[in-house]
Amino acid sequence: MISVTLRSETDYSEWRAAARRLLQHGVPPEQTDWRGPREMTSFLDDLQKPWGSLSDTNTNTVVPRAFPELAERVLCHTDPERFAKLYRILFRLQSDPLFLNDSPHDDILWLHECDHAIRRDRHKMHAFVRFKKVGEGRFKREQFAAWFEPTHYITRLTAPFFTRRFPNMDWVIITPHCSARWNGQILTFDAGGKKSDVPTDDALEEHWKTYFQSIFNPARLKVGAMLSEMPKKYWKNMPETALIPDLVASAKVRQNTMETHGVTAPNPLASRLRSNQYPPPQIPDTFEDLSEISDVLTLCKNCDLYKSASQPVMGEGPDMSRLLIVGEQPGDKEDIVGRPFVGPAGQLLNDCLKQAGLIRSEIYLTNAVKHFKFVPKRTARIHSTPGSVEIKACNMWLQKEIALVKPEVIIALGATAAQAILGKAVTLEKIRGCPLPTKYGPTIFVTYHPSYMLRLPNTNQAMEIQKTFIEDLCQAALYQKPEK
Amino acid sequence: MAKRTLIDKLAILADAAKYDASCASSGTNTRSSLGSSGIGSTEGMGICHAYAPDGRCISLLKVLLTNFCIFECRYCINRSSSNVERARFTPSELITLTLDFYKRNYIEGLFLSSGIIQSPDYTMEQLVEVARALREDHSFRGYIHLKTIAEADPLLIEQAGLYADRLSVNIELPTETSLSSFAPEKSGQTIRKAMADVRLRIDAQKGEDASKSHRKSNNAPKFAPAGQSTQMIIGADKSTDADIIETSERLYSGYKMRRVYYSAYSPIPDASSDLPPISPPLIREHRLYQADWLFRFYGFRTDEILSSSINGMLDLEIDPKLSWALKHREWFPIDINHASKSQLMRVPGFGSRTVEKLLKARRLTRLNLQDLIKLAPSVKKVLPFIETSDWSPGHLTDSEHLRARYAPPPEQLTLI
Repeated sequence: MISVTLRSETDYSEWRAAARRLLQHGVPPEQTDWRGPREMTSFLDDLQKPWGSLSDTNTNTVVPRAFPELAERVLCHTDPERFAKLYRILFRLQSDPLFLNDSPHDDILWLHECDHAIRRDRHKMHAFVRFKKVGEGRFKREQFAAWFEPTHYITRLTAPFFTRRFPNMDWVIITPHCSARWNGQILTFDAGGKKSDVPTDDALEEHWKTYFQSIFNPARLKVGAMLSEMPKKYWKNMPETALIPDLVASAKVRQNTMETHGVTAPNPLASRLRSNQYPPPQIPDTFEDLSEISDVLTLCKNCDLYKSASQPVMGEGPDMSRLLIVGEQPGDKEDIVGRPFVGPAGQLLNDCLKQAGLIRSEIYLTNAVKHFKFVPKRTARIHSTPGSVEIKACNMWLQKEIALVKPEVIIALGATAAQAILGKAVTLEKIRGCPLPTKYGPTIFVTYHPSYMLRLPNTNQAMEIQKTFIEDLCQAALYQKPEK
Repeated sequence: MAKRTLIDKLAILADAAKYDASCASSGTNTRSSLGSSGIGSTEGMGICHAYAPDGRCISLLKVLLTNFCIFECRYCINRSSSNVERARFTPSELITLTLDFYKRNYIEGLFLSSGIIQSPDYTMEQLVEVARALREDHSFRGYIHLKTIAEADPLLIEQAGLYADRLSVNIELPTETSLSSFAPEKSGQTIRKAMADVRLRIDAQKGEDASKSHRKSNNAPKFAPAGQSTQMIIGADKSTDADIIETSERLYSGYKMRRVYYSAYSPIPDASSDLPPISPPLIREHRLYQADWLFRFYGFRTDEILSSSINGMLDLEIDPKLSWALKHREWFPIDINHASKSQLMRVPGFGSRTVEKLLKARRLTRLNLQDLIKLAPSVKKVLPFIETSDWSPGHLTDSEHLRARYAPPPEQLTLI
């Protein structure tokens, strides 16, 4: 039997040195006897050989990367068996490097339970330490102290968190087994202390308690949920918990009062306040210019699309453009940005316009339908084609835009735009690329929508269509009247 | 009237803020004050510094700047016609209080909202000023959540995002009809437009980050690194669970919401007379959160979740995953040694952590019932739906009494 008596409860390097030496000599776990600093020695000890008597053979031991980090945390657990159990796992890992993944094995279950307990205890220490102000030092540097009782030996593991958070105040956290002190430069650890080492009150505690009781909603009493996250063992060092019994006891009465309390007369201030707020806006019959349309388009409820879109997307371009291009409807990007043709199809349209020798900023671009119609699918909104109802409902806006812009040529992109402009459903292939005269005066061209090219799986076909599309744009542009 | 003390104001303005469910302080970028003159840190994981007896986490100092309000949202304790006591913090009072609480380790930061005073722009400016002063004048690196006022100028929202970790604007009610009858001054489209503005800035930030990734880290403030969230009130109006879940899905997909919070309508002092004076529907709220998790993390489509609903309402007695499974027995039993991850995620009683454990463990060994007992927290619940190397549920999966195994016994009628 080889004995290991550790001087520290939590020093990983000390445990590691002993474990490594034992491994070098192939000492099986059942022939080791691990003891923490507080465990009693017994008369049997004479029969054991201390680990220090084993020679250092300078051979290396290999462990999976995850083990040292886990072991360092688990050493902070209060389980007195942890030194031995960690060695048993380490020993097994020598012949079975995948042992850590054997999650149903009792040792591995134990390891993960301990690790979980340490993480939780640390997290609760981050949360439940309550500093009390004890004074001010030079340059009014504030000084704070806290008494905390963690479940495990986690003070060293946890204190660095507070240096990252409060580097510019002096603080000390005293726990039964260890105290951590920060002076703005270095973090030092010392022996544990007592509750009485820290003052009992703080000027802000009344404020904090006021907050705690005011933020509580008596109509939602759920004591179990509170207890599972804030177990009673922590309560004695948290000033606000003194209020809990009264808050719980009075909750039902407070809720009943709210439910049965008759309604009082409205606050007289309200009518005065509201009378001149937000006069209900109206949609006028006629518009002087495009900006007037833009101002009231948000009020449009001609169809249901306003109920789920972010905003109507108004056309954009010079108000006397000779060329007007109508698309189908805004897409996801257009709905977010609030401008037409700024998404992927808009990018492609820009490229094609350039290749056709046209300048986007000289063209008025708009859509047949002003709100985005979509189906939500997890993280994306999938475009859905507007129906006749929406196209009809939105047509008044398109007609007003055309009437104000007075283009010489209108290019309709895709079947929806064609339907909106021509007033009836059409087969795109039958009329694509030919000039169509209309009652408004301008010549109409119908061609593909750029999103059609984006959807084609076959790149060759897409390139062909794109070529035709650019030719259509060029041809349409020729129908603009020669500049005077 | 005696002048209100800071404590009086705190009591009024915390009470006014408690109907907002969110108190999250997680998901932002990592910050430390070491080596600076500042205070505060964030390390990704949120911290709940206390729990109130309502079971809710207290992570942030959640208050209103003022509870005076010119809006008349009928479900709200602060609506203009309510006779609730009113108060207003000065920005400096609130800043000092935040820092004093923070130094004592009471909180992770500030969640600031406000009633609307004078105008939406004026109010938003006040909120932004508090956040600006905390960040710039006091080098505060803790967490800040600002409520954005949808009606305010987008430029103010842009500024808000440079100081805040999280922005939120509440959708309040799932349908336009409800919104226009309960909150006459609000419009769903205006609210969604504000969400769109926030998403636009977050997307732009992502673009910048991607193009800078090869350079050294930059210290320019990030726009709302913890994203945006929103809240819906449950049970004040007649909306169904289907309305709520579908609205949620639109919000998640359209605006990259980190969270949609559901807040059971809770009776308020001096409530408007047309609202239900009832106990808050806490179980309904809980089922909605479960449904929300199912479509965000468990691979369910919303129509699958709603497939077992009746008149658009989820089953209150059993959770929505179990409810779906009982309706779709053809999926089961699932062999835990061979099923795919997405199949395992559909087993009632398996959470994502259990599924991860099973996948890891089965690489080494064929799992039997004994293994399952060690790895899964609720074995009794899963048994009718799974197979192991030594367990098969046989007829149990298709048993017509299966639901009774899970549902609470019917309440006995009392004789009068």
